[in-house]
Amino acid sequence: MINLSMRPLGKAQWNAQCARHLLNRAGFGGTPTQVDALVAMGPEGAVDYLLNFESVSDEAISDTLFDRHIRRPLTDEERSMVQEARRSNDEDALAQVQKMRNERDGLDRKQAQEVQKWWLGRMIETGRPFEEKMTLFWHGHFATGYRTVEDSFHMFQQNQLFRKYATGNFARLVGSILRDPAMLKYLDNDDSKKGKPNENLARELMELFVLGEGNAYTEHDIKEGARALTGYTFEDDAFRFNPAQHDGESKTILGQTGAWDGDDFARLILSRRESSEFLCGKFYRFFVNDAPGMPNEKTKVVTTALAAELRKKQYEIKPMLKMLFRSQHFYDAANMGATIKSPVQLTVQTIRELGVPPRDLATLNAATDLMGQSLFMPPSVKGWECGQSWINTSTFFVRQNLAVYLITGKRPEAFDWDESLANWDTSALEAAIAARTGGDSAKDPDALLDIILAVNATPTRRAQFRAFTDSLTGAQNGSSKDGGPLTRTLKLRGKALVHALCLVTSIPEYQLC
Amino acid sequence: MDPITPFSRRIFLQQGITLASMVGTIPWFLQHSAQGMLSSDRSVSSRAGVPEDRILVVVQLGGGNDGLNTVVPYGSDEYYRARPSLGILAPGKDKGALELDKKIGIGLHPNLTGFKDLFDQGQLAVVQGVGYPNPNRSHFASMDIWHTGSSKGRSEGWIGRYVDCTCAGSPQADAEIAIGRTAPLAMIGVKTKPVSFENAKLFQWMGKDLPSDMTNMSDPYDTMNRAGSLSGIEAGSQAAFLMRTALDAQLSSDRIRAAMAKTPLVAYPNTKLATQLKSVGAMIRDQMKTRVYYVSIGGFDTHSGQANSHGNSMREVGDAILAFQNDLKAQGNDGQVVTMVFSEFGRRVKQNASGGTDHGTAAPMFIVGAKVKGGVHGTHPSMTNLDNGDLKYTTDFRSVYATMLDQWLDTPSAKLSNKVLGQAYPNLKFLRG
Repeated sequence: MINLSMRPLGKAQWNAQCARHLLNRAGFGGTPTQVDALVAMGPEGAVDYLLNFESVSDEAISDTLFDRHIRRPLTDEERSMVQEARRSNDEDALAQVQKMRNERDGLDRKQAQEVQKWWLGRMIETGRPFEEKMTLFWHGHFATGYRTVEDSFHMFQQNQLFRKYATGNFARLVGSILRDPAMLKYLDNDDSKKGKPNENLARELMELFVLGEGNAYTEHDIKEGARALTGYTFEDDAFRFNPAQHDGESKTILGQTGAWDGDDFARLILSRRESSEFLCGKFYRFFVNDAPGMPNEKTKVVTTALAAELRKKQYEIKPMLKMLFRSQHFYDAANMGATIKSPVQLTVQTIRELGVPPRDLATLNAATDLMGQSLFMPPSVKGWECGQSWINTSTFFVRQNLAVYLITGKRPEAFDWDESLANWDTSALEAAIAARTGGDSAKDPDALLDIILAVNATPTRRAQFRAFTDSLTGAQNGSSKDGGPLTRTLKLRGKALVHALCLVTSIPEYQLC
Repeated sequence: MDPITPFSRRIFLQQGITLASMVGTIPWFLQHSAQGMLSSDRSVSSRAGVPEDRILVVVQLGGGNDGLNTVVPYGSDEYYRARPSLGILAPGKDKGALELDKKIGIGLHPNLTGFKDLFDQGQLAVVQGVGYPNPNRSHFASMDIWHTGSSKGRSEGWIGRYVDCTCAGSPQADAEIAIGRTAPLAMIGVKTKPVSFENAKLFQWMGKDLPSDMTNMSDPYDTMNRAGSLSGIEAGSQAAFLMRTALDAQLSSDRIRAAMAKTPLVAYPNTKLATQLKSVGAMIRDQMKTRVYYVSIGGFDTHSGQANSHGNSMREVGDAILAFQNDLKAQGNDGQVVTMVFSEFGRRVKQNASGGTDHGTAAPMFIVGAKVKGGVHGTHPSMTNLDNGDLKYTTDFRSVYATMLDQWLDTPSAKLSNKVLGQAYPNLKFLRG
C-alpha cells in the first residue's frame, strides 16, 4: 500500500536512499559525499538546507553579463536612415538597412547560444541546486521561446525573473510575468490594443499558467480577460503600461464585474481553488511521479493537501514544497525512481553525481536538443511534456552516448579520440564504493549500482553486472586467485571504473530519477 | 554454463527472444511485426482498406526556395522586369528554362534536368502557387506552420498526428523515420515519435568502440539492453517502459544498419540530399514497415549572390530525386512510393540589390512517383496582382496534405485529413486513381 501521509518522515526512516532521492528531485543529484552530508543533517535539516538556499553563497549574476543593446530600439538617426531608404527605394540604401538587420540577427543568435551555455553551466556548478531546479520548473511552466521572442537579453531577463521568484510568491510571479517583455512578445500582447484585443496571453494565462485547461472558465472569460490586458506592452527592456491602448471599460471575468486591469484579472483567477490544485498537480509530476496519469485517483489527496497549504499561505511556494519534501509520501518506495530524467536533468546529474568533467557546454546543449529539450526553446507555450515523452528509440541512443561522452570525452562522431580524456579523478567515487563494501571487493559492483541507480537493481541486473565486472578485473589483474592483496583492493578503480560507468549509464534504469 | 553469465552473443539473443515472447514483455516493434505476419497479403493491413505498403517521402528545402526561379514564368514580362539580372531566359535561349508548358509560358530551372526527365515520363506533378493565408515571413514560424498544418502554434505535426490517428493507440517504433540531426516537428505526435538519425553508424551505442584491451563491452551491453522487461519489474512501470524501449532501439538499429549495408542498385550523386535518399531507398528495399520518411537540406536562403548557389541547389535536388526514382524502379518498388517536395516559403518577386531575393510567400511544390498524375496542376500566381510585392497563393498547402492523407495514405472514404488537419480541405488531382 502506498503511503499517502503528508506527515513528516521520521528520523528513524531517514537514510542514504532518502537523502539521495531528495537531492535528485530537489536538485540534480550529487556525489556520495554530498549524500552523506544530507544524511547527517536529518530529514528536516536536509530539506531546510536545500530549500533555504539563500544562506549558501553563490556567484552573483550581474546584469551586465550579456549585452542588452543588441536589440535596442533604433536611434533617431538610424530610424530616419531606414525611412529614407524605404522612401527613396534606393537599392544601395535598402541593402545597407538589410545588412544592418542581418548583422543584429546574427549577433543576437550567437548571444542566445551564450545564454544557453551560461545557464547549463550554472546548473552544473551551482551551490544552490534547488534555486536552479525551480528556475527550470518555471521556464517549463511559463514556457517562452527564443525563436519567437528573438531577443536573447529578454530571455535572460526572464530567466532572472524565474530565479528571483524561484521559491517566492506565485501570485507575485504571475503579476511579474504579465509585465515580462519576453512573455508579452511571445504571446503577442505587445500588440494588444483597446478595441482590438489579442487573446493569446489571456487564454494561456487561464489554460496553461494558472487555472488549467477547461477549469472554471469560458471563452467569454478569455475575451474579457484579453480586454483587461490591453495596453500591457514593453519598450526596450522594460514593461510599459500604455493607458491610451488600455480598455478601461467594465468587464465581467468569472462572474465578477468591474473596470478590471491585468492585475485584477490575475487576482480573480488566482482566487479560484482550481488554480492552486492545477499548480500543485504540475509540481507533483515534476517532483514526485511523472508516470502516465499521475497524480491519479489515489494520489490526488496529496495534491489536494498541497493546494490547501498553498492557499493557506497566500500562494507562498516554499511552505508547500517543504511540506511535500518532508512528507512520508514523497519517500514512499513507489515514488523512488518514478520520474524519468529530463535531458537537462540527465546531463547535469551525470556530471554532478559522478564528478566527471563537464566537457564542452556547446556540445552538451546540442545533446539536450537532440534529446528533445533545448533551453529557452520549448516546443510550444505548453512547455515540455516530460515523463515518458522524453523517451523513444532515437533519444535513447543519444542518452546513452551522452553518458559515454561525459565519462570518456569520446564524441559519437570522433575518429581521433584522445584517450587521456577518460582519465579523470575517480578517487571520490572509489572511496564511496569502499565505504559501502567495508573492503570486500566482491561487493563493489552492487555498491556501484546502489550509488548510481535511483531504483533498487533487480537480482537479475545485479548478476549481469557482476558477470561484467568479473571479466573486467580478470583482464586487469590477471587470474590470480591466491588471495592476498588482490581481494582487499577495489575491483572497480581507475580505468575499470570508467568502463563500468559506461555500462551502468547505458542500462534502462539509469534514465530513472 | 552458469545461466547468468553467458558470454556468447548467440545465447544473449536467444534469451532476448525467449523473454520477448512472454505476454506483457513483447516489445512494440516485434508486436507489430507479428501482426504483419498474420496477414498473408502484404498489401492488406489489420485495418480494413488501409494499404500498408504505401510510402510517403517528404523532402524539405530549408531556407525558402525561390519558386519563381524553380518554375520560371518565362512568358511574363513582369518577371523579367522584377529580375533584371536573376531572371532565367525562355527555353531555347542560352541557359534557358526547360519547357514545362508552352501555353502558360512556364519552364523549369535549367539545372533541373532530373525533374525534366521525370516530367517527360509523366512522373512529376508541379503544384503551382502553394501557400497559406496571412503568410509569415520568419523561417521558424513559417516552417512550424508547414509542419503543424496550423498557424496556431501546435506542438504536434501533421505526420505525427496521422500516425497517431491510424495506430490504434500503439505506434510502431519505426512508423516514421527522419534522416537528420533532430526529429522534424512534422513527425512529432502525442503517441508517435520518429526514429531519427543523421548517420546510421551513429544510431547505436558508442561505448562498444572503447578500446577493448580490457574487456568486450558489446556483449554485456546487449545482455543489459536486449532483455526486454526483467523479472521483478512491475508491468506498466516506468522501468518496464524503458526496458521495452531499449529493446526496440536495439532492434531498430540492427534493422536499419543491416538495410544500409547493401550496395544500392543504381549510382547516386555524391550530394547531401542524394546520400539521404540513398538511405531511404535502402530501407524501402529492405521492406521496412516505415510509412513516412523525411529528408531535408538547407541552403535556400539566397539573400545575395543567388544565381550560383541556387543553381547548384537545383542541380542537387533534381539529380538526387531522379536517382532515387530510378533506384525504386530498379527495386520494383516505384509503385509504392510518392515523394513530396516543399519549402517554408518562396521569395519576393523583385530581386534585391545584392543579387539575391528576400523572404516571400507562395511557391510551387513537387510530387514525384509512378502513381502520380504528371503535369502542371493549379494556377500560377499572378505576376501583377501582388500583395505588397509578394505572390498571392492559389493553393493551400493543406490541400496537398489532405490529398496525400485521403488518397495515398488512407482509403478515400475515411477522410483522415479532417481528423489530422482539424478541418476539411479540398483534395487535388495529382494522384492517379
